[in-house]
Amino acid sequence: MISLRRRYIRDNIMLTLIILNTIVILIPLFIIIVYVIAKGFDAISLDLFTKELGSPTRAMMGEPTGLVHTMLGTVVVDLIAVLIAIPFGVGAGVMLSEYPDHWANPVLRVLNDTLNGMPAVLKGLLAFTLVVKPMGTFSGLSGGVALAFVMFPIIARATESSLMNIPWSIREAGLAIGLPRWRVILSTIIPAAKVGLVTGFLIAFARAAGEAAPLVFTSFGNNYLPIKWTGWFMGPVDTLPQRLYNLAISPYEHWHDMGWAAAIVLLAVIIASFIVARFVIRDNK
Amino acid sequence: MVNNEPLLENKIRLETIDLSVYYGQNPGVKNVSIQVFDKQVTAFIGPSGCGKTTFLRALNRMHDLTRGAKVTGKALIDGKDIYDPKIDPVTIRRKIGMVFQKPTPFPTMSIYDNVVAGLKLVGIRDKKLLDEVCERSLRQAALWEEVKDRLKTPGGSLSGGQQQRLSIARALAVEPEVLLMDEPTSSLDPQSTNRIEELIGELKHQVTIIIVTHNMQQASRVSDNTAFFYIGNLIEYNKTTKIFTNPDQKRTEEYITGQFG
Amino acid sequence: MKTKDKYNFTPSALYGWLGDRIFSSTIFVLGFIVIFTTIAMAVSLYFSGSEAINKFGFFGFITGRVWDAAISMEFGTWPFIVGTLVTSLAALALSFLPAVAIAIFTAEYAPKWLGYIIENLVNLIAAVPSVVIGIWGIFVFTPWVRDSVYMPLYLWSIDNTPSLTPILGNPAGYGMLTATVILTIMIIPFTTALACDSFRMVPKEQREAASALGATKWEVIRMAVIPYSRGGILAGAMLSLGRAIGETMAVAMLIGNKNTLPFTVFGPGSTMASVIVNEFREAVENIHLASLMAVGFYLFLISLAVNLIAAWIQRKYSATGGRAV
Repeated sequence: MISLRRRYIRDNIMLTLIILNTIVILIPLFIIIVYVIAKGFDAISLDLFTKELGSPTRAMMGEPTGLVHTMLGTVVVDLIAVLIAIPFGVGAGVMLSEYPDHWANPVLRVLNDTLNGMPAVLKGLLAFTLVVKPMGTFSGLSGGVALAFVMFPIIARATESSLMNIPWSIREAGLAIGLPRWRVILSTIIPAAKVGLVTGFLIAFARAAGEAAPLVFTSFGNNYLPIKWTGWFMGPVDTLPQRLYNLAISPYEHWHDMGWAAAIVLLAVIIASFIVARFVIRDNK
Repeated sequence: MVNNEPLLENKIRLETIDLSVYYGQNPGVKNVSIQVFDKQVTAFIGPSGCGKTTFLRALNRMHDLTRGAKVTGKALIDGKDIYDPKIDPVTIRRKIGMVFQKPTPFPTMSIYDNVVAGLKLVGIRDKKLLDEVCERSLRQAALWEEVKDRLKTPGGSLSGGQQQRLSIARALAVEPEVLLMDEPTSSLDPQSTNRIEELIGELKHQVTIIIVTHNMQQASRVSDNTAFFYIGNLIEYNKTTKIFTNPDQKRTEEYITGQFG
Repeated sequence: MKTKDKYNFTPSALYGWLGDRIFSSTIFVLGFIVIFTTIAMAVSLYFSGSEAINKFGFFGFITGRVWDAAISMEFGTWPFIVGTLVTSLAALALSFLPAVAIAIFTAEYAPKWLGYIIENLVNLIAAVPSVVIGIWGIFVFTPWVRDSVYMPLYLWSIDNTPSLTPILGNPAGYGMLTATVILTIMIIPFTTALACDSFRMVPKEQREAASALGATKWEVIRMAVIPYSRGGILAGAMLSLGRAIGETMAVAMLIGNKNTLPFTVFGPGSTMASVIVNEFREAVENIHLASLMAVGFYLFLISLAVNLIAAWIQRKYSATGGRAV
């Protein structure tokens, strides 16, 4: 027999262990955030947003350098990714949800989930094979494609579950008043699922925006702004996550400092996405 | 069939004095004073929302687990108030067991492990003892013959009626003084319901039973005494035969004759 | 999907029928391209890597221990498989109990407001990009752990357990243990999230049944909540493992990048993902590039296997047997 007192002692020991574990795990998170904010903040300057990187000598000589080409490159590549990922992600989600009898759906679901679980680095390799090799050059376009591969499985899942949450009666009502199926989907179902779709998109975006591995083989990186405007799409382009990696592993101290700046900008973008997602949910409750 | 006449002048096993249960500001049960007799079956009846289940759950301090629920008044088992701050609800619940409406065997445990779960809680490990208690409890619950050859199979693999008898066996294994049953047959088919009603008739010789039921016929078949609840109040409490043939209160009569609820 | 009456060519009927056709065809094309993308990944990795796979053999490439991009151009992926499995499995083992503990605290003990905060903090760990954790790892964690943990242990080991020292290896800071610790932290959110969801789905009646037998709070959790949630907890663990296997940037930045076995505890190592990122830019020789692609192919296979095992485990151990209750 175990006495009641011993059982309560065991209860308390377990609770203590559980609380300890929680604290121990959350401590590194705080430390990381604090460091990124502190060191990143120090490294932020106007130059960061207005100058190019250039060669390492620039930093060593104390000449102005910055990451303007990186910021712009990130915008371009992310935009391309979004433009590609939304049609495919939403399309796949609509197919799974609105055409449930289609024979390909089980295949689509399994393969989409599989793709979702695949490491981002492999998506970069796929974009390399499909875009970089034929084009013969690294490019912002291929970077966008690679990030799209990261985004659209997430969007597809979110789309499917958001649309499935809309009760069937709404579809019936639309069909009953004579709307063709495609109008019902486009004009009633999708707007009704707005919140879930936007949230899903923002989460997918936040995920993809932070990925560096796929970009190392596709947009590759650039220390300068492209010469022509086509250079953003057809030539190598710098992006924040990939540049952060390059700066961090470089041997130059000033570049390390800029790495922290890149880190805080990247973190800000991602946290902003989540905050926007929260507002979207709250506004529509 | 169960004998509806109480046997001897049985002693009082469980008694409440002005027991009330509040959910936040709302009273679920108001000032109920009732005496439950030893080795008899007492039924709580009444329309939905009348507080019979709320009152039942106060008898083994289940409301302790609900945030915002408050119990006032006294509930005495063998003269001792279970709501005395010095008493630990965990010990109360071994003396006053409960069976729920939905059969709830622990699905990842075998039949054997389900039955002896309560014993293992207090650290009893002696295999011989556990085997004995398991067989005894399953026999008491009229389930032994059906499962004795597959005690190690998962508890979830039984039929609904069997699962409920397993839940009863599990509750009986810790040898409670009182067994509270919250609509134990309402999710079962008529055959299983029958078996459990028979079971109650046999069990009452070993354990005091309080049963909440929304089925009046069941109450009249199975119980010695019946308490009628309405909107949180105890309206009438008497021998079952009297309640169902010649109740004192008008409300009781209206309910019995099906005029509401 | 209904097709309009063939003889009904009114504009609105056409609008409906044609619109449906165009719309659904578009949707299906989009869906099929998604399907083909996944297949394309497998196929392209295989074909891009085929030069290496054919040269060294399907299994020869897996078991080959030499990875020499400089002189002999001989490539074998075994060191990276070892690196991947060791770091990922170790990270899973280290992260499992803390992750479940956090889930238990959030779902069972903490008041709602605190649970909400903790849940969001844990999700924040997952939201921080791998490169950001990497840069922190390089400039903050590694110097600290080297000076506070590795060096003292290493020096102590030289004096007291000299036979252990070679296994500990070079305490430079970047290496297998550092990468493993960082991985551990990074994969906790996945187990915690699924475990927490599972705990929240345990039916009230199960907990009440345990309480009614006279169980204390922890005993209710141990007896009713955790076993019922087995499937979800294991699914979360598998998801964490999958993420650990694929984690690229933070590992590449912290693991020290040594391509030959044996690996030591403190010393540098390599994983399949990290070698791809590290060597891709310098891969000039075709056979080198093909070998890296082949590593990608095997990484694909391993990830696929983990995903399939995860789905199987979830079905097998779910308390409801995978069926709806």
